[in-house]
Amino acid sequence: MPEPIIKIRDLHTSYGELKVLKGITLDVYADETLVILGRSGCGKSTLLRHLIGLQKPTKGEIYIKDVDIVRASEDGREEVMKKIGMLFQGAALFNSMSVGENVALPLVEHTPLESSTISIMTRMKLDLVGLAGFENFMPSQLSGGMKKRAAMARALAMDPDILFCDEPSAGLDPIVAVGIDHLILKLKKAFKMTIVVVTHELASVFLIADRIALLHEGEVIFLGTKEEMKNSKDPRICQFLERRPDEEIIDRDKHLSALVGEGYIS
Amino acid sequence: MSLNIKVQTKDQYVLLNIEGDVDLYSSPDVREALLKLTKKKTPTILVNLEKVPYMDSSGVATLIEGLQQCNKYQGRFSLVSLRDNVREVFELTRLDKIFEIHKDVNEALANGSV
Repeated sequence: MPEPIIKIRDLHTSYGELKVLKGITLDVYADETLVILGRSGCGKSTLLRHLIGLQKPTKGEIYIKDVDIVRASEDGREEVMKKIGMLFQGAALFNSMSVGENVALPLVEHTPLESSTISIMTRMKLDLVGLAGFENFMPSQLSGGMKKRAAMARALAMDPDILFCDEPSAGLDPIVAVGIDHLILKLKKAFKMTIVVVTHELASVFLIADRIALLHEGEVIFLGTKEEMKNSKDPRICQFLERRPDEEIIDRDKHLSALVGEGYIS
Repeated sequence: MSLNIKVQTKDQYVLLNIEGDVDLYSSPDVREALLKLTKKKTPTILVNLEKVPYMDSSGVATLIEGLQQCNKYQGRFSLVSLRDNVREVFELTRLDKIFEIHKDVNEALANGSV
């Protein structure tokens, strides 16, 4: 078995009293696409924020290429992050900058490259995501799918060997969404990248995943292949795959109190 | 792996031998070496990539700049002896259609007016 490129060990995080991650242990191997799947609020985006160093856990360790990014110095963490690309859920483009300037930004900030080289690289990345010729457009002139593609081009600017994607197809129509999935597949094939995708879109999961980690209330309740997931008898997994809503259990007294406003607090 | 660049001037061409990874931090050195040759309007530049185990998009962009400068004075710019993984990068970005690529120096010499 190869050594994992990302190792998450007993990761815990709380927002005040609310425990969001409850001891996540997970390995990600080089060149695989791991999809972190789960319902809204299960902690998957929080986990991703920890992986890119935006949030510190209350307990636990995260090693990326053997660097403990929770305890590393700022310089040490930044060095690791230079080879990590991040596609944010809302694209997170700078609206005051052109598409080309957005893509070029990490290169301008972190490399000694000449502007002529950066311009060519920017056009290459935009070509790769199907946005050749859009470098002078402003983000406000792009559709939702095009913004995601531009954000993907920016995530690829530094030739990352690990790419994190937070809900890449959220808010997109099905055709555009599947286009983003195919783009992820193409990038993986082309650049042999390790890709971690957070999503709750089942269609997307079954297209792009090599392995799936299912998060439920802050814990990994399943880790395996698509086939293993489809064959699982775990009721929580079956509910997710069959898209069944939660059963509605009504506490009569609490419900009445809430309706008449007698100090009901959930 | 640090980068080593050697220029060999032959009768009919100049061979730019690159040894090491060409990445975000080393490609400015390749650029400088290439632009020295194109400023002198070197008629034929062969870039030997035999000892380049890895090249990222900054390396590819640098070679595009070299090609662009060479085209301005109608010089010849060829890449030779690419390793499979480096060649793949060119193929996947469709740049194998833009560059003249040969398996070695002899093939480059046999396939062009040098």
